[in-house]
Amino acid sequence: MTVQELPGATAYPAWKLRTDPAPLLPDPEPYRVLGTEAAAGLDRELLLRLYDALVHGRRFNTQATALTKQGRLAVYPSSTGQEASEVAAALVLEERDWLFPSYRDTLAAVARGLDPVEALTLLRGDWHTGYDPRESRIAPLSTPLATQLPHAVGLAHAARLAGDDVVALAMVGDGGTSEGDFHEALNFAAVWRAPVVFLVQNNGFAISVPLAKQTAAPSLAHKAVGYGMPGRLVDGNDAAAMHQVLSEAVRRARTGGGPTLIEAVTYRMDAHTNADDATRYRADAEVEAWRAHDPVRLLEGELTGRGLLDEERRGAAAEAAEAMAADLRGRMNADPLLDPMDLFAQIYDVPTPQLREQSEQLRAELEAEAGR
Amino acid sequence: MAQALQRAMRDAMAEDPAVHVMGEDVGTLGGVFRVTDGLAKEFGEDRCTDTPLAEAGILGAAVGMAMYGLRPVVEMQFDAFAYPAFEQLVSHVSRMRNRTRGALPMPIVVRVPYGGGIGGVEHHSDSSEAYYMATPGLHVVTPSTVPDAYGLLRAAIASDDPVIFLEPKRLYWSKAEWSPDAPAAVEPIGRAVVRRAGSSATLLTYGPSVPVCLEAAEAARDEGWDLEVVDLRSLVPFDDATVCASVRRTGRAVVVHESAGFGGPGGEIAARVTERCFHHLEAPVLRVAGFDIPYPPPMLERHHLPGVDRVLDAVARLQWEAQS
Repeated sequence: MTVQELPGATAYPAWKLRTDPAPLLPDPEPYRVLGTEAAAGLDRELLLRLYDALVHGRRFNTQATALTKQGRLAVYPSSTGQEASEVAAALVLEERDWLFPSYRDTLAAVARGLDPVEALTLLRGDWHTGYDPRESRIAPLSTPLATQLPHAVGLAHAARLAGDDVVALAMVGDGGTSEGDFHEALNFAAVWRAPVVFLVQNNGFAISVPLAKQTAAPSLAHKAVGYGMPGRLVDGNDAAAMHQVLSEAVRRARTGGGPTLIEAVTYRMDAHTNADDATRYRADAEVEAWRAHDPVRLLEGELTGRGLLDEERRGAAAEAAEAMAADLRGRMNADPLLDPMDLFAQIYDVPTPQLREQSEQLRAELEAEAGR
Repeated sequence: MAQALQRAMRDAMAEDPAVHVMGEDVGTLGGVFRVTDGLAKEFGEDRCTDTPLAEAGILGAAVGMAMYGLRPVVEMQFDAFAYPAFEQLVSHVSRMRNRTRGALPMPIVVRVPYGGGIGGVEHHSDSSEAYYMATPGLHVVTPSTVPDAYGLLRAAIASDDPVIFLEPKRLYWSKAEWSPDAPAAVEPIGRAVVRRAGSSATLLTYGPSVPVCLEAAEAARDEGWDLEVVDLRSLVPFDDATVCASVRRTGRAVVVHESAGFGGPGGEIAARVTERCFHHLEAPVLRVAGFDIPYPPPMLERHHLPGVDRVLDAVARLQWEAQS
């Protein structure tokens, strides 16, 4: 029995599929550009820009991981291996657009131009957000999974109501796609035709749980069709492919075409965070296989093969990345100046009488401590 | 009261184009309690929006809208339907101002029809104020009179902070010397008010229990009790000053509310009063609350809800003498 033949269906004479699902379905294989014939048509300047950003991003990841070992960062969820999608997400946005990162997407914020120290404030532990989201148009790094996705929808919806051609790009991991907020955000975005791009970075594991235990869907990109938006499956380690697919989705959103769901198939080379032991749940052989598909080497190979990357250019990128790392190291080695009275800063616009009393109590304690 | 709430939204929307009403059935239908009746017609569906049925999505979208400068007024259809939105509320709405050092205030009003006494089936009569009170960063406000419904909702919409606006369902149809066409005043959040002056004990209450306490106070006159009734109106911030002034005057206090007593607002209020007024107290601060049970089925709810008799029993117990 087809749906149309169900008893009662005649009560809905206008009932029909609103949208043909076929164009919404992702191609079964992740979209790739690098190493294929399509790469010949790629813009040289864009490729070099992506290369610089990748080298910079890789160095940022290794430096931040090193800072955890020195006790300068409380925790760092590394995006090593995922730099291509992190960087591409930042580069496809205009200044007026908004980025909604998850806790693993510090690099996307840095690639968007945020000061690395400000981007790492949450993970260092001196404050929850180290930057002004309105100024940078980067929402606070979200720790609860997928809960930032409906924010992206609301912001994009509000921007569209205001007549601004602002796009919101929201990032989430494969585990986050199981959360209710993921579903609600996609549904709202599609119903409202909100200018949002959802970028799922499928890095294989939600802490220790592999994708096969996370979902029975053919791919995460396939989830899009149920909401009435296109799903796109991309090689998340192919910076050029990521840039192309994200740019297309951003353009579509900006011109009133509505949201897109993109699944970047990638791999988390490091553990979930520095506090996790990935050897308990995955095989070395798998990690090695992905190492051969490294995003930096992939792009480097393309550029070198086409004669676009000489030693000088390679050296300049490495040098710039090294300078960033040295600067980051230096500034993170200084203890942040913390004012305990900040505990009471900005709980409410006007503090409640109860909070005034408590802040006076702390002030007295601090004065007593200082006088001791 | 429903009319007063509706006019508060209408006036706020007319004055400020940033005010957007959203929720399930708030548009064409005007809300299941008709509180948003006519707003979609008057201001368009972009400003009074029927959303998909998803409370987390509604509140989550409101967060993003507030980030872009709007002032969302969200309706949660019934008290217990707000629970799916709880993560958005406690993880984002309540702390966004703090975690961004003031860069992203959340001027969101979450309207929650709450409480029992209307014969609702399961999940339609909860009093969830204790959850909201326990979440720093939220204001928790509940009117008990028609003018307050208008005045407090206007203040809530004007507030740059998130306000949980608890609307006592069984007072939606309460009448008053109030006309939707007459001038109406905005009432600042955070001030309790003495609804009935008295000298022998204070009833501390709010929302749907205020009329119950006023009725109890009238009944207690026959037994020689002159009860003062304080309507708290705002649970966060809490008006210690008005409450303590009353209790110091009367020397005795009972806290009355519908939600469960254990872990409920009454425990916090009794503790605050005891800490501040101990030397003025002639008896322990008592609590009259709903039982510590999930809200009962409608045919039994009258046994659960604190009524006049239960309040009077507590007042009688205020003739406290130290027992060995």
